[in-house]
Amino acid sequence: MIQRPPPKVVPTAPGPPVSRSGRLSALLHETALIAPAAILLIVFLILPFFMAGYLSFTNERLVPRPIPTRFVGFENYTRVLGDPDFWQAFRNTFYFALLVVPLQLSMSLGAAMLLNGRLRFRSFFRSVALLPLVTPITVIIVIWAAMFQIPDGLLNNLIRLFGYRGDYVNWLGDARWAMPSIVLLSAWATFPFQMLIYLAGLQDIPIERYEAARIDGANTWAQFRYITLTGLRNVHVFVIITTTIQAFKLFVQVDLLTRGGPLGSTNTLVRYMVQEGYSAQRIGYASAIAIIFFILVTTFALLQRVLIPND
Amino acid sequence: MTSRAARYVPTILAIVMAVIVLVPLSMMFTVSLNPDEAQIQITLGTLRAFIPHVVSLENYQHVLADPHQPFLRYLLNTVIIVVGIVGLGLIVNSSAAFALAWGQGTYRKLFIGVVIAVYVIPGESLVLPLLLMMSRVGWVDSYQVQIVPFIANSFAIFLFYQFFTGMPRELMEAAKIDGAGLLQTFFRIGLPLSMPVVSTLAILGFLDAWNSYLWPLMVTRGPEYRPLSVAMATYFTSQQAFWGNVMAFAVLMTLPVLVVYLIFQRWFVASVMSSGVKG
Repeated sequence: MIQRPPPKVVPTAPGPPVSRSGRLSALLHETALIAPAAILLIVFLILPFFMAGYLSFTNERLVPRPIPTRFVGFENYTRVLGDPDFWQAFRNTFYFALLVVPLQLSMSLGAAMLLNGRLRFRSFFRSVALLPLVTPITVIIVIWAAMFQIPDGLLNNLIRLFGYRGDYVNWLGDARWAMPSIVLLSAWATFPFQMLIYLAGLQDIPIERYEAARIDGANTWAQFRYITLTGLRNVHVFVIITTTIQAFKLFVQVDLLTRGGPLGSTNTLVRYMVQEGYSAQRIGYASAIAIIFFILVTTFALLQRVLIPND
Repeated sequence: MTSRAARYVPTILAIVMAVIVLVPLSMMFTVSLNPDEAQIQITLGTLRAFIPHVVSLENYQHVLADPHQPFLRYLLNTVIIVVGIVGLGLIVNSSAAFALAWGQGTYRKLFIGVVIAVYVIPGESLVLPLLLMMSRVGWVDSYQVQIVPFIANSFAIFLFYQFFTGMPRELMEAAKIDGAGLLQTFFRIGLPLSMPVVSTLAILGFLDAWNSYLWPLMVTRGPEYRPLSVAMATYFTSQQAFWGNVMAFAVLMTLPVLVVYLIFQRWFVASVMSSGVKG
């Protein structure tokens, strides 16, 4: 949605002169229409947002306690920035994004090109490809947990089939493999979304360009490189940034499968924030993490507006 | 590669893709139909875990009869939450968007700016202050704590706003000449015409409810108000060794979404494309 330029507010033409009571009733109507949304947005979105900012400067706890909450200045921030667990979660979050974004992008672009080209039973394959999108995420996690089984779950048997000679891979229990395993699952779970965006982008590339290239003797690779990839530039920016932001929010998968372990190797920013603010009840400290997370996500969202020119 | 063989490459690749997608899903169905837990454990990594060879609904009976994990209650909770958020959200968001599109006030430009700005705030940043608020007013463990905060939605307002600004001005003026105020125009013309947006938001809200996890995890304490997503997670954790039951629960939870998807496939695709859903 963000890639579209915001529509301009329509200037309403000055109507025929109305009486004072008419104007009053028009005002009442407008207020009645807009007030519920305005109040709800203020109470449940804008207020919590400013609260998060305020709380990050206090030592607030989740459950009220005898000692009153006090203002602690930048203490939470300085402590967060010196907290090795925070930095581990920070690194893990970026590591996840770094792995999952390219994988998901190539999967979704590949699938989109397949479905956009000449293919028999195209609508059947498209329906199948979209199934992960309609499968609830907790269900997907449970299914993959069964496939990650040790010592002879599906994935272990599969790598043996392809020539793995070791004993078995402890997918979720080995600090080296836990995050890559989460990456596999996550890429499978959401690639159809990016695929749909790419599919729309591919359909926007005029077919004449390929025909012209073929006449000029361009081979398949050159056509892909110079027409497909170039034509999809804005789509790429949009997909890369939304996928990255989505990756930053990683939580359910690691909360359910690994509890952030082993050895904190799959703890993420969101999970660390929840752990500190909810489980350990240190709302003030966790709010500082929430604000840092907000800045991170907003930076990427703004990057998109800079990189995609509004037309 | 000869060009004859090259013709089959797309089909082969498409089959590979279909296998990658279908294998995990078919395992869920196959295991859910197998009542023999010991056999499931032995065959979980083999081909037999993917092709149904026994068909028994025993696991489903276990799931539906479990008094500690009342599946139907979870389903009811989820439905109540979806209907609450989507139903109330449609009225609240569309009416606000209508006033923003066709009202008179100069505040409208600012309001739309705010709506677009708050859209980038990640919900994860807000859960802690929101939890603090909700626990202070005693809303924790209820339906309203899972509905009320999500009724007003900047994305929904934006979508309705785009739709309403595209409506012909003549239509609005005709209504005005007929003596209809903004309120009547909204209920008689705006809302009935905006059904495409309504269906998009209904589908997205439906998917959202089946996927939401963090917030319901924090604000529900037991089965009474817990939605399916969190229930699936707790069921999985408590039934670790019983794959048959776990997969039956998973199938039961997926079926409603699957049915809606198969019926409304075209709308589904359009809706999902207008917004990323899974977080």
